[in-house]
Amino acid sequence: MITAAKYAAVFKLGLQNTFVYRWNYVLRAVFGLIPLAGTVFLWRAVFAEKGGGMQGYTYGSMVYYYLLMILVSNLVTPTEDEWQIAADIREGQINSFLTKPLSYLAYRFCIFLSGRLVYTIVTILPIALIFFYFRDYVRLPSELSTYFFAFVSLVMSGLIQFFISYSVSMMAFWILEISTVVFIVYSFEYFLGGQMFPIDLMPAGFQAVMKWLPFYYELFCPIAIFLERLEGAEMFQALAIQTFWLVALWAFARFMWKRGLSHYQAVGG
Amino acid sequence: MRRYIEIYSIMLRNSLIREMSFKANFVLWMLVEVLWFCGQIVFFSIIFGNVDRIGDWSKWEVVLLVGTHQISAQLFQAFFFMNVSNIPELVRTGKLDTLLALPIDSQFAVSTKQFGLDSVLNALLGGVVVIVSLAHLDIVPSVVSVLLYMVALAFGVAIHYAIMLALAAVSFWIVRAQGLVYGYFNFLQIARYPDAIFPRAFRFIFGWIVPVIIVANIPARLLVKPLDNPMWLMLHLTIAGSAALLISRLFWRFALRRYSSASS
Repeated sequence: MITAAKYAAVFKLGLQNTFVYRWNYVLRAVFGLIPLAGTVFLWRAVFAEKGGGMQGYTYGSMVYYYLLMILVSNLVTPTEDEWQIAADIREGQINSFLTKPLSYLAYRFCIFLSGRLVYTIVTILPIALIFFYFRDYVRLPSELSTYFFAFVSLVMSGLIQFFISYSVSMMAFWILEISTVVFIVYSFEYFLGGQMFPIDLMPAGFQAVMKWLPFYYELFCPIAIFLERLEGAEMFQALAIQTFWLVALWAFARFMWKRGLSHYQAVGG
Repeated sequence: MRRYIEIYSIMLRNSLIREMSFKANFVLWMLVEVLWFCGQIVFFSIIFGNVDRIGDWSKWEVVLLVGTHQISAQLFQAFFFMNVSNIPELVRTGKLDTLLALPIDSQFAVSTKQFGLDSVLNALLGGVVVIVSLAHLDIVPSVVSVLLYMVALAFGVAIHYAIMLALAAVSFWIVRAQGLVYGYFNFLQIARYPDAIFPRAFRFIFGWIVPVIIVANIPARLLVKPLDNPMWLMLHLTIAGSAALLISRLFWRFALRRYSSASS
């Protein structure tokens, strides 16, 4: 019970701290509309030229895909966390955690949750407006179970994204400036995670490989389940692989922290 | 003028020395940019696996467009990006005051400190892609259109710069707004799409007011679309580009006046 109260306090602290970034969040959401418009216009031209569907997508379902991408990434993608963790390490803030009965991973996770909550609240209105504008393309799943599996996958996506960010930030124990590493990982996430275009537009051979990489499970998997493009045995396989990555990345995050800490103490001692 | 050239060459030398002392970082940044560039090409090749053209743009014309965007974006990154994106931080920490006290133009002072050699190499990569596309298209551009292309590229870089400077100047009002830098990337993301996809109103706003669409489209058209009227394209780019530069400079000075009066 005391543990719960402890982390509730961290969560509240996180809410207050992220509130400072509200302008950042609003600007991000508003500026994000420009590339969305560009993408929508591009696909409109492509579908008009093609005069039909493309790998099961129509113009409407393609637009809907990108809308869901924005919604889901707002819900689960960390925004400032890497930089904050790296700064904690670089500036020695983590010293104070080493003596406290508080896990740094759990502490960061609370901050991550509160950050996502503030972000979602700040951006929900513009996003709702976009969905309303494109309301003709919104298709809800036909079966109730789809909501359940999509939600499970969504939660795992959030955890996977958090563990990846956390592990990458741990690089700050060894190198001064982590931005290069962060952007390299981000580039992979952007192209292989389905933010640029749906992964199932890729040639079949590519897709078979993508399915085994963690990027597939950062955003694309819950969306594909929600759109009922991943169904039945295929969906259960995806959920199993996602669970594997969740556990593996959690273990990796803990491993990186341990290694980083021993390096840190070796240098400091 | 000569003094500015002298100052600039000193800064260039310094930043080259600094960059060469972090070789691993240099190589990694190049890798990031190459990844992004390849991703763009893959995206369009998937689209062109399904259609033969987008509007009046064929596959290799679009590849040339993406390459052209790469050149102008990377040249901007090489000379200005790091400096201008650092302005919000200068404002927040108060380091801007030191720069303002220098006996040189304030906009020059904040725009020219660092220079990225890796971006120049990436711009060259864009150049190679443009040449390969020209070969696929069987086009041998005339000397005049190559010259026009280069002038147009310079205007493209100027537009990048104007947008970024205007966004950075907003940080005088909103502190803690790294989101502004993010805004630049959002604006420029539509620059590499063929102009034919945009509806008229959108094309007007992003062709004249925030002229991102013309950054790569007009230079690319000058090279591969000999039937378009080059005079009109150049006129459009010159007017919109100069206006953007001028307005961003006026806005910068306006923001600065407010900053100076607030701190005193």
